[in-house]
Amino acid sequence: MQFLLSLTAGILIGGVAGYLGTLMLSKRMALVAGPLGHLTLPGIALALIYGFDVSLGAFPFVILGIILIWLFEMRTKLPMEALTAIVFSAGVAIAFLFLPIEQAETALVGDITELSLKEVIITAIFCLLVFFVIKKIYPQIILINISEDIARAEKINVKKYNFLYLGAIAVIVALGVKMVGGLLTAALVAIPAATARNLSKNLFQFSLSGLLLGMISSFLGIFLFKIMGFPAGPLIILMAAFFFLVSLIFKKI
Amino acid sequence: MAESILKVKNLNVKLENEEIIKGLSFEVKKGDVLTILGPNGAGKTVLLKTLLRLLPYRGEIHWLPEIKIGYVPQRLPFIKDIPMNVREFFELKKASGKEIKEILDSVGFEENFLNKKIGELSSGQFQRILVAWALIRNPDVLLFDEPTTGIDIGGEETIYGLLAKLREERNLTILLVTHDLSVVFKFSDYVICLNKCPICQGIPKEVLTLENLSKLYGEEVKFYEHHRH
Repeated sequence: MQFLLSLTAGILIGGVAGYLGTLMLSKRMALVAGPLGHLTLPGIALALIYGFDVSLGAFPFVILGIILIWLFEMRTKLPMEALTAIVFSAGVAIAFLFLPIEQAETALVGDITELSLKEVIITAIFCLLVFFVIKKIYPQIILINISEDIARAEKINVKKYNFLYLGAIAVIVALGVKMVGGLLTAALVAIPAATARNLSKNLFQFSLSGLLLGMISSFLGIFLFKIMGFPAGPLIILMAAFFFLVSLIFKKI
Repeated sequence: MAESILKVKNLNVKLENEEIIKGLSFEVKKGDVLTILGPNGAGKTVLLKTLLRLLPYRGEIHWLPEIKIGYVPQRLPFIKDIPMNVREFFELKKASGKEIKEILDSVGFEENFLNKKIGELSSGQFQRILVAWALIRNPDVLLFDEPTTGIDIGGEETIYGLLAKLREERNLTILLVTHDLSVVFKFSDYVICLNKCPICQGIPKEVLTLENLSKLYGEEVKFYEHHRH
């Protein structure tokens, strides 16, 4: 029963993360998920110490991270990579000031092996909600990714769509850190999408295979955890990485 | 006398404290082809974007009310990162299947082109696709920003031939940015020479004198020498 709960949550989070990843792969957004994951570490640490939900602890820090990204984009001309590296590594540093070392593993690589039914239901609701939001904003975000100028010339409210998009990222990162931890969340979003790009001829295949690869990687990762006993988070990411390597064989050069 | 589709009065654009366009006024008549000519960095692309109200400006821009504008940007560097076929690119603009086929036909592509991946198009093919994309929903005006590099040989010839044909068929007014003088003489009714400040404007044969042209491009030479140390 516990295994089925973990599996359900894992497949849902993995699938939606992979789907979202197909939007983030273009431009430099893929770089953002990594630092966002790192920044959640103090939140995860707090959640572990005081015994509340990891996603709940992570969420305010993701929001903080998104506000910071937004400020960087708007206010400075410095390369975002440089700025994010500084601020978000600081997140890691702060977390380890007070995180008890025996709980470090959960914070870094996640743990969904002890989910309650209630947690799974809440996870499922958020995943479905985010899925439908992404589905709704998908064409507009693609257009904005291609060029903000043509999107605005098409009378698309770029601010509104970016807001929904960042909101979806925030929820997925907060759910993702519970499953694969602060260090690996970026991979959960980025790897299935990268694999999907290697295999896809068009946007439909791309988004669908991102979703499916995310689900399958989570399924296999959690399944392997069940038989081998290694932590599920790293196994999920390793499965995703394995599919990426396989996709390189099929990629047309 | 054809009616005015666009009136611009004393337009000033300043980006990051640099004056890009200073004191520009002009008018575009319905059905005309207006060319904006000038060296690189002269503010041509900025002018098009300002006319689309994508950039902040001072002065007046009056389009005829209810006018529909199609925009062909200079280049879309990020588009090749996204696996997408031609049909899906058009669907981003909510175009119907019938409309897509018609437009594709009028820019000279077969229907099977719809399943081609955008990233696999040649630069010339992609530019024609961009023109077709801009023509979805039948705009009255086309703003065309010419890419400065990267169009395959022969491509430039076809794109202006195509624009001339489309203008005829669709009764288009065209505002185009170029640095190519032959295009101006062959194709346009009115020219604005821009190098931050307007240098001259009028009918190409009358205003594109040797003196005006050296004023227009002479600046560029000075500019490059100044920065090359």
